[in-house]
Amino acid sequence: MFDTALLIGFPYVATAVAIAATTYRWVFDPYSYSSQSSQFLENRALFFGSVPWHYGILTILLAHIVALSFPGTWGLFTADQNRLYVLEITGLSLALMTTAGLTILIVRRIFNVRARAVTTALDWILLVFLLLQVALGFWVAYYYRWGSDWFLHTAAPWLISLAKFRPDITSVSALPFWVKFHFINGFVIVLLLPFTRLVHLLAYPFSYFWRQHQIVIWNRARGQRRVS
Amino acid sequence: MDIRAQVSMVFHLDKCIGCHTCSVACKNIWTDRKGTEYMWWNNVETKPGTGYPTLWEDQEKYKGGWQKDSYGKLQLRLHSRLKGMANLFFNPFLPTIDDYYEPWTYDYENLFNAPEGDDQPTARAVSMITGKPMDSIEAGPNWDDDLGGSPVYARNDTNLDELTEDEREQLNELERVVFFYLPRICNHCLNPGCVAACPQGAIYKRGEDGIVLISQEKCRAWRMCISGCPYKKTYYNWSSGKSEKCILCFPRLESGQPPACFHSCVGRIRYLGVLLYDADKIEQCASVPDDQLVEAQRNMIMDPFDPAVISAAKANGISDAMITSAQNSPVYKFVMKWRIALPLHSEFRTLPMLFYVPPMLPVLAKTRDGTYDVAGLENENLGAMLSSLEKARMPIKYMARMFAAGNVGEVEDVYRKLIAVRIFKRAQKVKDYGQAEVDSALAQGKTNAEEVEAIFRLTALPTYEERFVVPPLGRESAVEAWEDPLDHKREAGFGNLVQITRRRF
Ligand code: SF4
Ligand code: SF4
Repeated sequence: MFDTALLIGFPYVATAVAIAATTYRWVFDPYSYSSQSSQFLENRALFFGSVPWHYGILTILLAHIVALSFPGTWGLFTADQNRLYVLEITGLSLALMTTAGLTILIVRRIFNVRARAVTTALDWILLVFLLLQVALGFWVAYYYRWGSDWFLHTAAPWLISLAKFRPDITSVSALPFWVKFHFINGFVIVLLLPFTRLVHLLAYPFSYFWRQHQIVIWNRARGQRRVS
Repeated sequence: MDIRAQVSMVFHLDKCIGCHTCSVACKNIWTDRKGTEYMWWNNVETKPGTGYPTLWEDQEKYKGGWQKDSYGKLQLRLHSRLKGMANLFFNPFLPTIDDYYEPWTYDYENLFNAPEGDDQPTARAVSMITGKPMDSIEAGPNWDDDLGGSPVYARNDTNLDELTEDEREQLNELERVVFFYLPRICNHCLNPGCVAACPQGAIYKRGEDGIVLISQEKCRAWRMCISGCPYKKTYYNWSSGKSEKCILCFPRLESGQPPACFHSCVGRIRYLGVLLYDADKIEQCASVPDDQLVEAQRNMIMDPFDPAVISAAKANGISDAMITSAQNSPVYKFVMKWRIALPLHSEFRTLPMLFYVPPMLPVLAKTRDGTYDVAGLENENLGAMLSSLEKARMPIKYMARMFAAGNVGEVEDVYRKLIAVRIFKRAQKVKDYGQAEVDSALAQGKTNAEEVEAIFRLTALPTYEERFVVPPLGRESAVEAWEDPLDHKREAGFGNLVQITRRRF
């Protein structure tokens, strides 16, 4: 019962709220989409926190997504023991890097007066849940070894079943508490996304790769002359 | 030919008295909000000096503007596209608040509420960022005001790099200490580094008038524009998490008023006018070698009386009012006709559209044993003023570095003409120069009596209407002619809520 609520009900609610709220915010309050960078006020500690944190978490997130999207290929990849070793070690070190980076960022916001001055209550909440999530991830990776493999037969089927709207938790119900905690906390973060500065994740400006350097905006199509 | 109109500016530095009225006018209208306390969209700095933010001209430090890569192609000094995207999480070249100053106020309440005691109560300085008391104030607005010759500020001016050790030393001698004021606003460049550096594409140039704006709705605080602008004229609002910059008071321009800093300028040093330029030439002109940059920029600016230019302008939708303004533009006269106004640091290659008439001061001369060194001038049949150029207190190389990317010839031409104006008018009014001297001054200045009179007139006696020649930009009517303005409410403001047309460069 509990499992059903937390592993089926909650993910759906969190995702639905996230989609609705993000869209609402995008349409009606685009001004609020900002990474709210505080580098201008403090940039030394930020370097040691922000760089490992962002690169670490993005790689890990990408690995999660790739594994979920192509479970077959991923399975073939992890089938070889050497490759599995490499993967696990990379994963663990990334998790370590991420946790360390985030810790530095949190400590910075606590002790640097200027950075603290621009930190809101929601920022603190977000930081706590993020730290919890990466710490749990690290914990799971460390204690329940070979997650990059067993995840394929547990979390993957469950998440895919959710995505297909045929929810089925049999594959995850037997998992230990900490692993489930990691799953659920993940959806807490999904839920937080539209309400915090985390939305800047969705604003990554890919178009910079191909757009023209200069942008000129005309009031109307050119050549339509105003007579005056 | 792709003719566009640009609302352009001239600042006549000889007329600036360093009163900062312009800065205050701007501050009161635009930057008295939280997060903007430290911003001076218009600032007036003392030169030689390190400026605001400290050492902004040092592009080794800040990586602003453009440079040519090994293939001769124009590249942002800050980043390639890939590097820009990779540095989103930490911009290694971002100035921090300490490069400007930490804004503060005073705890005035304590003056009223302090308990009775033996000492006078004081009002302590309180940081406007943290709200905590500040024990020492390290820097503030105009912190180096008037500090010509000072060891910390004047001596560290990067423009002095060109001078010899000896020349630098002389500048610090008490009798020779010299400085002038440099008022700066956004140059509303033709090849803006801020626009190119913004990963989000939040910054744009308005097609009709060339004003460069940051869309507050699209800005995501990636803070690359602050580094990308070599003039450090975009600022980060640490409170709202958005970058902001000079908007050339476009709401005022739209109703036919000049920007507040222009309007309030006590020295009346500021001129505003339309220039027509050929946008097809932008990349080519920004890529020429350093010493040709000023001339290349003049080549882009087109003659507003040329029928071919006029018809190309019309084909591009430029209104008749704009074209007429371009024909009467005081900026066109200073920059093109008389060629006495130069862009600031054209080596940054953003093609700035704010031009400066370099300051003549101080006219005379190096000192030798405590007296002015004007010996031998009589023989050359030159007035002391005219020949003093080589002996000017502020070495001409310094001016060349600021206003002509190091091209001394450009600056000398300007000065010779300015000197000719002085000698001509002085001969007329004070009558202490002979005709021979006047003629030789005119010849050296490559000018004539008529032109000199015109320069004098627009420099010394211009009316309001002569200084500011821009038609009401009428943004609202531009929409009105084609569509229901109510549909487009909120579109002409800081950002376009909905894009009507987005034209790419
Ligand atoms: S001076 Fe203005 S237009 Fe030019 S790069 Fe800087 S902010 Fe952009
Ligand atoms: S108001 Fe005019 S004269 Fe005074 S500092 Fe500003 S530019 Fe110079």
